[in-house]
Amino acid sequence: MTTITITYPSKVQRTALTQEPVWVRWGLIAIALTFLTVFLFVPLLLVFYEALKKGVDVYFAAITDPDAIAAIKLTLTASAIAVPLNLVFGIAAAWAIAKFEFRGKHILITLIDLPFSVSPVIAGLIYVLVFGLQGWLGPWLAEHDLKIIFAVPGIVLATIFVTVPFIARELIPLMQAQGTEEEEAAVALGASGWQTFWRITLPNIKWGLLYGIILCNARAMGEFGAVSVVSGHIRGSTNTLPLHVEILYNEYSYAASFAVASLLALLALITLIIKTFLEAKVAHQKGELNHEH
Amino acid sequence: MSIEIRHLSKQFGSFAALRDINLNIHSGELLALLGPSGSGKTTLLRVIAGLETADSGQVLFNNEDATSQPIQERQVGFVFQHYALFRNMTIFENVAFGLRVRPRQNRLRVQEIHERVTNLLKLVQLDWLADRYPHQLSGGQRQRIALARALAVEPKVLLLDEPFGALDAKVRKELRTWLRRLHDEMHITSIFVTHDQEEALEVSDRVVVMNEGCIEQIGTPDEVYERPANPFVYEFLGHVNLFHGRIHQGRAWIGDVEIDAPEHAEAEDLAAVAYVRPHDIEVDRVMNGESALPAQVVHILSVGPVVKLELVQKGNQNKNLIQVEISKERFRDLQLVKGDQVFIKPRRLDLFPHQLH
Repeated sequence: MTTITITYPSKVQRTALTQEPVWVRWGLIAIALTFLTVFLFVPLLLVFYEALKKGVDVYFAAITDPDAIAAIKLTLTASAIAVPLNLVFGIAAAWAIAKFEFRGKHILITLIDLPFSVSPVIAGLIYVLVFGLQGWLGPWLAEHDLKIIFAVPGIVLATIFVTVPFIARELIPLMQAQGTEEEEAAVALGASGWQTFWRITLPNIKWGLLYGIILCNARAMGEFGAVSVVSGHIRGSTNTLPLHVEILYNEYSYAASFAVASLLALLALITLIIKTFLEAKVAHQKGELNHEH
Repeated sequence: MSIEIRHLSKQFGSFAALRDINLNIHSGELLALLGPSGSGKTTLLRVIAGLETADSGQVLFNNEDATSQPIQERQVGFVFQHYALFRNMTIFENVAFGLRVRPRQNRLRVQEIHERVTNLLKLVQLDWLADRYPHQLSGGQRQRIALARALAVEPKVLLLDEPFGALDAKVRKELRTWLRRLHDEMHITSIFVTHDQEEALEVSDRVVVMNEGCIEQIGTPDEVYERPANPFVYEFLGHVNLFHGRIHQGRAWIGDVEIDAPEHAEAEDLAAVAYVRPHDIEVDRVMNGESALPAQVVHILSVGPVVKLELVQKGNQNKNLIQVEISKERFRDLQLVKGDQVFIKPRRLDLFPHQLH
């Protein structure tokens, strides 16, 4: 075997035209780091510090309190309904937008983005106006003994509303980039619509889909504004985790409040880790495509 | 399987992709759909495949109406320009896909699937790549796999959409001859779309020249090249020189050169354009008895067996370069150099009464 030795110039000229002076580079890095430390990292540390300040016993007492358990259950229920629904909707919408041409496509894209541009409080209010006692459907619902506002269905609805864009938004560009040729090849080979979806489309978007689900779930569990409006803050019944944190805080039970908040912070951290991992996978899925063409 | 196309039309918004197309494709032939981009050739192929539905007209397979038959039932093999291999599957699974998605009652046994896929991979000489993924293969290899995948379901027709369009020149030539050989062995009715005239003329049994949603000419490669039906086909298929002249009662004049034009016997002093292929022009140093057009040599390209000359016509406003191809021997005899004065005469030409196009 022959060895090839590549010699590099011992000293590379470092003053390229695009290179900024050293103090500018370090200055920018310092500003960014300071900002992140003050506004993100320190508060996060503080959450865990405050939560554990009065000891581990207090911490566990706070998160095993019946009201806290109820809040955790409700939060899990709401996201367990909202995420799968948005999963189905997200795939359907992304499929329609990426693979078909139809009138009103731009309107659909704008509508999907609506929850991003509307304040969550407004979203909650809309549901109160529609389903509340004084709302359009209020009297009819009352007659049939159906409770939506200040009850679990309202919370689920509000959660669904604010999380609509996450999965669809993630999938649309991915599916658009992948085009329709593989699906066409599959049906030409005799595959049915379902077979094409399960064997071709879904495997091609799986990492992007998972990424969307993670973000959607984080938002569903952490949503405050919209849920707060429709919840009615009934302890042990219509309180989600973020609402429970607020109540405890307003009652000056700081340690308990921060203990529950630490659960949400933990969720955020886990989400962040999975997200970083998935981002690489999604980039790879897109990269393979570029490689192929 | 024979295919018949009857009065096929297709609009995309205000753009007419196909206008009343009629075409018969014989069983077992290799047909090329040739035309510039936007000529409707790909749309026609996709309508035959069932990937696109026509607005009106019929597609018949073996004299049976297949117009509304879904693509899954048409038993066509389709090969895409960008291969469209399934990126999440190995090469083996790509080829096996069509066999695996069959309904249970007519699905082959696992062992049979394995055998057939292995045989196909051997046929395309890529059995050693069975466990790789598409992104690990070169363009030429991917296209051969795409072909194997299409053949796996034993299609009645093979449809190829610009199959070599994304490949570099050398690989393209190799695959071209390879496809021709494969077709000669399998005799499966095949239609391929291309905008490359050389490819169409070299590979196919018959060529269909398309332009703006219409068929301009159908014929063997020889026919369309030697006897183009109209100026479009002339200009699209290879180099051609245009000379402006007049026709009158079966005679044509280009400058001082007079030519017989019996097919234009009724023409009454019409402006006309003569189309002459570069190899159909005679070059001489002296005026050979009769009349000839004086010209000057402006460029000589003498690489290869054929010498290409570029000339300008003398005493003519038309400053277009005239392309001439002569043999190396003839070039040596003439001993031409740049700037020389020569006389040229078309050996064979086609005249078309002047029209704006």
